Amino acid sequence: MAEAAPARLEFRDRDRGRALLDALARWTDDRIDDPVSIMHVCGSHEQAIARFGLRSVLPPGLRVITGPGCPVCVTDAPEIDEAVALAESGIRVATYGDMLRVPGSRSSLADARGEGARVEVVYSVTQAAEMALASPDEPLVFFATGFETTAVATAAVLLRDPPANFSLLTAHKYIPPVMEIVAEMPATRVEGFLAAGHAASITGWGVFEPFVARHGLPVAIGGFEPLDLLAGFAALVERIRTGRPGVDNCFPRMVTREGNRRAQQQLWRVFEPTGGVWRGITRVPNGNLQLRAEWQRFDARQRFAARLERARRIPAPPTRAGECRCGDIMAGIATPADCALFRGACTPALPRGACMVSSEGTCRIWHEYGGADPLAADVA
Amino acid sequence: MRKDERIGLRHGAGGPAMRELVRSVFARNAIARDDALGLANLDDAAAVRVGERWLVYTTDSHVVNPAFFPGGDIGRLAVSGTVNDLAVMGATEPLGLACAVVLEEGFAGAQLLTIQASIEAACAEAGTSIQTGDTKVMGRGEIDGVVITTTGFGFADRLVRDDGLRPGDDIVVTGTLGDHGFAVLARRNDLRVEGDLRSDVAPLNRLLAAALAAGGDAVVAMKDPTRGGVASALHEMAEKSGVGIVLDEASLPVRAPVRALSELVGIDVLHVANEGKALLGVRPQETKRVLEALRAHPLGRDAQRIGACCEQRSGRVVLDTGFGRRLVAESDGELLPRIC
Repeated sequence: MAEAAPARLEFRDRDRGRALLDALARWTDDRIDDPVSIMHVCGSHEQAIARFGLRSVLPPGLRVITGPGCPVCVTDAPEIDEAVALAESGIRVATYGDMLRVPGSRSSLADARGEGARVEVVYSVTQAAEMALASPDEPLVFFATGFETTAVATAAVLLRDPPANFSLLTAHKYIPPVMEIVAEMPATRVEGFLAAGHAASITGWGVFEPFVARHGLPVAIGGFEPLDLLAGFAALVERIRTGRPGVDNCFPRMVTREGNRRAQQQLWRVFEPTGGVWRGITRVPNGNLQLRAEWQRFDARQRFAARLERARRIPAPPTRAGECRCGDIMAGIATPADCALFRGACTPALPRGACMVSSEGTCRIWHEYGGADPLAADVA
Repeated sequence: MRKDERIGLRHGAGGPAMRELVRSVFARNAIARDDALGLANLDDAAAVRVGERWLVYTTDSHVVNPAFFPGGDIGRLAVSGTVNDLAVMGATEPLGLACAVVLEEGFAGAQLLTIQASIEAACAEAGTSIQTGDTKVMGRGEIDGVVITTTGFGFADRLVRDDGLRPGDDIVVTGTLGDHGFAVLARRNDLRVEGDLRSDVAPLNRLLAAALAAGGDAVVAMKDPTRGGVASALHEMAEKSGVGIVLDEASLPVRAPVRALSELVGIDVLHVANEGKALLGVRPQETKRVLEALRAHPLGRDAQRIGACCEQRSGRVVLDTGFGRRLVAESDGELLPRIC
């Protein structure tokens, strides 16, 4: 900071950051031909890595892979089709701005809106519930997407007795189960996971202990400042080098072993895990969150079953999935640079895959911030 | 712009969508000329050769919401916007302004008088005055309060374009970044952070006259980073000049409350409008002299060298964060509509 901003940001200390990067380089020096591979499972981690320019300075012996961490990207096309079908049938649908342009099998919510459907962008589920309260005579469906962090907010609104015309089309996903899947994928070959600090502030870091025991892979809880990230990488590399898997909490100012008990209670009072498809990846046992039986009066799938059934009978056109590599990118098998559409046919203005739509999508982030390019240029 | 397209808020956001709109509609038949600068050049103002000098002219509409904000109002903004567009072309002595006002039925007289007082005060600071104008009234609900369009003209001995950068040149900013955009955002959404959030809206012609007097021909490019912020302004300068620009994040002058709000709402300071700042491209041997001249003026106290131009990455802006490097993206959204 220049003089105008004297505040010291201790988690952005550049000297300590460089010291950690030097240490990471030394510790991975013998792995340059076969880099240490760690995966993060959070779009906000990739954003933070990109925003602070960390990808351009990671040592050659360390590979940080992006996992299925963008909630918008893993929302499955049939789930989007359901939201589009409800909107097209005349029901008012509210959702987060990032969901608007994600393509379903045939079209997106933005397309539906362009054709006259009423699709509202909201910043929170609370705002959607207020919208329903303001127009009590017409149904309002909230298309509820996101991981456990966002699902807690959805649960809290249901527990506060929302208006009767309010209902949920849920597509919430739960991260811990997908880590099990990715850990078993032979092509991915992950040696350790950086878990998302904000999600862990709810679940607690203890939730990862069974995973470590089952797979023998270390997990570090990482925050979103540069030193949080580098400390997480360092903890993982240290455990991988010494062959001692375990959980490291590298975000202790936010995360405890138990997590936020009250939020957990709210989450599991409203939702239960169920199997579901993560877009581009596979079916994940217990990877989706569905409403428990006692909340089904708020389930849009039940309330509008006939409309959704009619929509399901229209066959989807064949997809062009062969060209887009979003699935491989979310599974950590490919990077955006491996995709023929990246920087050519697929841009944020005309996205072909979900990863280019969301601000948490890997392709979008690499497009904006330059990805793994070191961006070396001669300046004085 | 295609026939089946519709105007979105992003077409007014100062980024790529707006440039594309101007190029494909308003400037589609523009022809470049040697003796004049016009739509073909898409600079901050137009100019025609008159004898040995250039007559510079420009116009600017102001729709800011709310019309009154900490640090200024739509009147001060309307004068500063046009005076600054002239000044960054090198026309630092505006000869006069025209002012067209469109008002909504029911607009309060007290507010109009306040706006007029701001217009007069800003003109006095800039050493100019309103010489002609137009007044229209629309029915209640047909327009939101007040829209002000100002037009100005002045002479420049040497035109300072936005495409004059070459590798090795320094990039200088005349003061802190993001003050206007975040002050308006905070007022609009009733957000409070510790410290004083005030718009920087001000006429810069006297400050820039001092910089030009000190730096002479070494000041090779100027632009005011309004809508779209420093990110859009530097992308335009880099693209037109055929250079890359590398910014040093540690040297970006940002006030603490602006930094706090930027972190809070997740909007990059580089994407936010300034209404009292200019970016200067300076040949490196004169940078020190230009910075001294800027810092001697009250509006330039926080002036900084924030980066430099390079041959590589033509048309791109790179940020050195102190950890590593990344590209600076332009914002192309409905980030902060009606910011000026």
